[in-house]
Amino acid sequence: MDQLALDVAHLLAGGLVLASFMLLYQDRMTGLINTFALHALVVSFSVAWQAYIQQAPHLYITAAIALIVKALVIPLALHRIIVRLDIHRTIEPVVGIGQTMLAGIGLVALSVMVMLPITAQAGTLAREDLAFALSVILLGLLMMISRRNAVSQVIGFMSIENGLILAATGAKGMPLVVEISVAFSILIALIVIGIFLFRIRERFETVDIHVLHEHRGEQP
Amino acid sequence: MAVALDLTVQLGQMLIVLALAPLLTGYVRKVKARLLRRQGPPLLQPYRDLLRLVRKEVVLAQNASWLFRVAPYLIFATTWVAAALVPTFATGLIFSQAADMIAIVALLGSARFMLALAGLDVGTSFGGIGSSREMMIASLAEPAMLMVVFTLSLLAGSTQLSSIAASMQGPGIGLRVSLALALVGLIMVAIAENARIPVDNPATHLELTMVHEAMILEYSGRHLALIEAASFLKLLLYVSVIACVFVPWGTAVSGQGLDAYVAGLGIYAAKLAAAGCMLAVFETVIAKMRVFRVSDFLGAALMLGFLATLLLFVSRVT
Amino acid sequence: MALAGLLWCIATLLGTAVAAIAMARHRSATTLVYGVALCACVIALAMAGWSLLTLNSLGQALTLPVGLPWLGAHFRIDALAAFFLLVVNLGGATASLYGLGYGRHEETPGRVLPFYPAFLAGMNLVVLADDAFTFLFTWEFMSLASWALVMAHHRRPGNATAGYIYLLMAGFGTLALLLAFGLLAGPAGGYAFDAIRSAQTASLAGAVLVLALVGAGSKAGLVPLHVWLPLAHPAAPSHVSALMSGVMTKVAVYGFVRIVFDLLGSPVWWWGGLVALLGGVTAVMGVLYALMEHDLKRLLAYHTVENIGIIFIGLGLALAFEANEMPGAAALGLTAALFHVFNHSVFKSLLFFGAGAVLTATGERDMERLGGLIHRMPFTAFAFLIGSAAISALPPFNGFVSEWLTFQAILLSPALPQWLLKFLIPAIGALLALSAALAAACFVKAFGVSFLGRPRTEVARDAAETDRWSLASMFVLVTLCLLAGILPGYFIDALAPVSQALAGAQLPRQEQLDWLTIVPIAQSRSSYSGLLLFLFIAMAAGVGAEVIHRWASAATRRSAPWDCGFPDASPVTQYTAGSFSQPIRRVFGSVVFRAREEVHIPPPGDASAARMHVRLHDVPWDVLYVPTAKLVNLAADRLNKVQFMTIRAYLTLVFGALVVLLAVLAVWQ
Repeated sequence: MDQLALDVAHLLAGGLVLASFMLLYQDRMTGLINTFALHALVVSFSVAWQAYIQQAPHLYITAAIALIVKALVIPLALHRIIVRLDIHRTIEPVVGIGQTMLAGIGLVALSVMVMLPITAQAGTLAREDLAFALSVILLGLLMMISRRNAVSQVIGFMSIENGLILAATGAKGMPLVVEISVAFSILIALIVIGIFLFRIRERFETVDIHVLHEHRGEQP
Repeated sequence: MAVALDLTVQLGQMLIVLALAPLLTGYVRKVKARLLRRQGPPLLQPYRDLLRLVRKEVVLAQNASWLFRVAPYLIFATTWVAAALVPTFATGLIFSQAADMIAIVALLGSARFMLALAGLDVGTSFGGIGSSREMMIASLAEPAMLMVVFTLSLLAGSTQLSSIAASMQGPGIGLRVSLALALVGLIMVAIAENARIPVDNPATHLELTMVHEAMILEYSGRHLALIEAASFLKLLLYVSVIACVFVPWGTAVSGQGLDAYVAGLGIYAAKLAAAGCMLAVFETVIAKMRVFRVSDFLGAALMLGFLATLLLFVSRVT
Repeated sequence: MALAGLLWCIATLLGTAVAAIAMARHRSATTLVYGVALCACVIALAMAGWSLLTLNSLGQALTLPVGLPWLGAHFRIDALAAFFLLVVNLGGATASLYGLGYGRHEETPGRVLPFYPAFLAGMNLVVLADDAFTFLFTWEFMSLASWALVMAHHRRPGNATAGYIYLLMAGFGTLALLLAFGLLAGPAGGYAFDAIRSAQTASLAGAVLVLALVGAGSKAGLVPLHVWLPLAHPAAPSHVSALMSGVMTKVAVYGFVRIVFDLLGSPVWWWGGLVALLGGVTAVMGVLYALMEHDLKRLLAYHTVENIGIIFIGLGLALAFEANEMPGAAALGLTAALFHVFNHSVFKSLLFFGAGAVLTATGERDMERLGGLIHRMPFTAFAFLIGSAAISALPPFNGFVSEWLTFQAILLSPALPQWLLKFLIPAIGALLALSAALAAACFVKAFGVSFLGRPRTEVARDAAETDRWSLASMFVLVTLCLLAGILPGYFIDALAPVSQALAGAQLPRQEQLDWLTIVPIAQSRSSYSGLLLFLFIAMAAGVGAEVIHRWASAATRRSAPWDCGFPDASPVTQYTAGSFSQPIRRVFGSVVFRAREEVHIPPPGDASAARMHVRLHDVPWDVLYVPTAKLVNLAADRLNKVQFMTIRAYLTLVFGALVVLLAVLAVWQ
């Protein structure tokens, strides 16, 4: 039973890595937002499962916050922003999607190579969970740098935060107050970025950051 | 005596596979039609189609060569052999030693080789479209499938499909991340290899969207019947592989007696029905991809398989 | 006894070469030369096979009083040499048989006939050589003889450049091998292989590995040292191309195996990783290059690069296993690599013979000017089809068995403890799987565009079947492809003494398993029976045919192609080689070769043709060779000034050298 419980936790962590790859794969805005909702859903299941096996009831609240805020509210808000700002729906990657995913695999290999020797004292599954959390963070960063679109960068930023939650809950103990502050900071960041997008859209009719570059006053 | 019985059971598996394959496709078509609020063709329609095709005259193009006429037999034979080697209701049958997963993948590759050549044989542009797209899809789907095979073999300690299925039934392996990644990769490859939406439309009449249909455009009569039977068998093969590896409960083990085999057969039929239902639902809710998006799709499957293998290589350290 | 017999066969070949210089103009010179070469190769093949299978006379050595006075010329036949002699002479025998028919179409026999037996003799001598000097001398002799053959048609455009680049790369490779042997012999300077083995104190063993990899790898065709191969192999006459691709590259592999596995002592783990990584990259790059080609012989030459990559993957795995004291797994890797050596020489020769037959019949090497040859040249087409199926690793042929064994070796490698290997080997496995799938695509293109469809030009329409000798040699190889696929156990058992000598272990004996199954590791782990699969396929096809025959209509009618209802289109509307590979070029080539397509379509109303340009950048050529060539030219230009100095300047140089040497002497004291 214990082994099964650990296996399920491990499976959910792997599922989060899979969801991060699915985020890298998307080439349309609505698909991206829905996949992010799935990403947040997996994180909330993972945190809930950790609450169950660690017998830490406060983590259920963290899971509920992740579920409601990240899997429901934020995706709905982003859908509405897209419709209101009439942002164009295709996401152009800087290099092809195949190469981005290859880079993603390299990042997963890198995080495994870094994490496993460092945490030699802990149990195998815990180490691999940490390696998965690090790879989710790195994949979120990859998403931010490999897309030309501001909305996808926001989503990449939020998936980094999901990876941090996974790492923190996996390591047995994170107080609720930290989680509330983190969640609020995310909300505020989202509002700010939303206002930003609105302003950019007003000025330039587009949120493609490539276009913004020409107005910076230096060579692109 | 025991050898004769084992041989009969193995032969029975070969015939069951051949008999059930058109039924699976008929079931998928029926469920798809029902989801679209149509009546749909009867469940046994594929059998009728095969019978009708077999009775028709073959119309050969002027410059079709002997390869065009021989290819359907070879495609059917290799696909049938590959499908017959996959455990369906029981593992450990008498020829299960020959059911090496890499060999099964390569047998399907032979069938595809002959089909692609047959597409090029008549010398029209449609055959060329089909063959070139099929080989592009194969150049990514086959490595993805091999990576999935590697993952399963590393977990089970063997490349024989029967041993893999048997070890999945036992308690040794448990839930592993690599298994989940391999399952997703295998489903993606199965969709691509069987020419299902979103990779290819098996019911299309538009040349621009054809891959498999374009290669068999010039076939008619008994040749077309053999090729259709081969594609039914291929779908059954992939569903059987997914069923016997990832849903192994209920599969009998060789030597357990006739009632275990019959029970295994019933459970196998239930697995086929469930898989057919899920395939039909999936095909109905999703749209077909552009051709060059297929390479991203299969590239993702290859990456998932590679990641699964990499995790297994790395996690054996303790 | 076997050694003496082999040396006599080689002497016969050399004698024939000398005689051919004199009598090349004679009417029956072609028949005589190829006939003698055939006999000599068959006798050598029999003797090598006998000594490998019966383990008789292995270890015989002989020293001839030629060459360097204090060294002599050492020759030895051991298990590894016997196996490679088998491969070399099989290739030589089939090429000579082919040449009996093909050689009649040669316009300038004087340029081919003397060098052909010399080439065969050189290859045999390299495998038998037992000291460094003989090895290098015979290696150069082999290179020069093949260079002469490449330059046989030197007036054809591109052949002269091909010969020049070949000579440069061959010289560079020999230099690397010279340095490797120098490091191996050490300061004591014992150049005989026995002395090197017993010394076992090669300093800088890693440097020796890299030099051997560069030297032997450039002759074998490892990326990025492969650039000469697709230029030189197609330029030679077809049977010589088969020998160069199928056999000479294997002699290079022999050189590598001899130096690294035999002379160098126990390996370090990163050697295996480096060799396997180079092998993996070579495999994928080779097949991608091949997919971009539409010249039939260049496609086959690039494909050789891919298969050499597969061989080096097996060798790298064997090195890694040996470094980690896993002799059983090392034996598996080595056996897989050596079996692939044999298989590749068989089916690559077969494919080159087919391409030569097409070249003779139509005068064209460009696939886009062929088509429909299956109707005009049915036997050649059948042989080429079997060769294509074998090289695409399709069961029940032999290509599948060696790939299967390599995959089994990869599946054993999680047991390797080093972290870098744990990350590298799954990647190499993915590269191997990718190259196998791309190879099938490549050969569907090669066979489909050349032989199937409708003829695109008049020469393709009027082609005629080749002569009996060519067909005979092709069908010998077809039979071997099938036999090696169905009876792989015998080949594995024959390789056992080689792996025992080099890796310290051998695979379990295969011959007593029923249904001719092979079990490389353990029964519970994996097994493959080519015979069973072949019988199953035959039975299934038979049952299908029988059922059809009984219950189906047998009516057949010929008509115009359906073509979706378009009326009879010209052969130009067929898919060409370029269009067939366009999806793959777009998916892979845009990354690897920066492939870009430009299409210029004239405006409506303008009846001129549309044009499509495909631009490919050969990355190793642009990054490595062109800058090196520029550097060398620059240095040569600068140094050229030394030719034109005044007398005073020369005296200053002499004076300066003297002063510097005296200063060094002073400091050294």
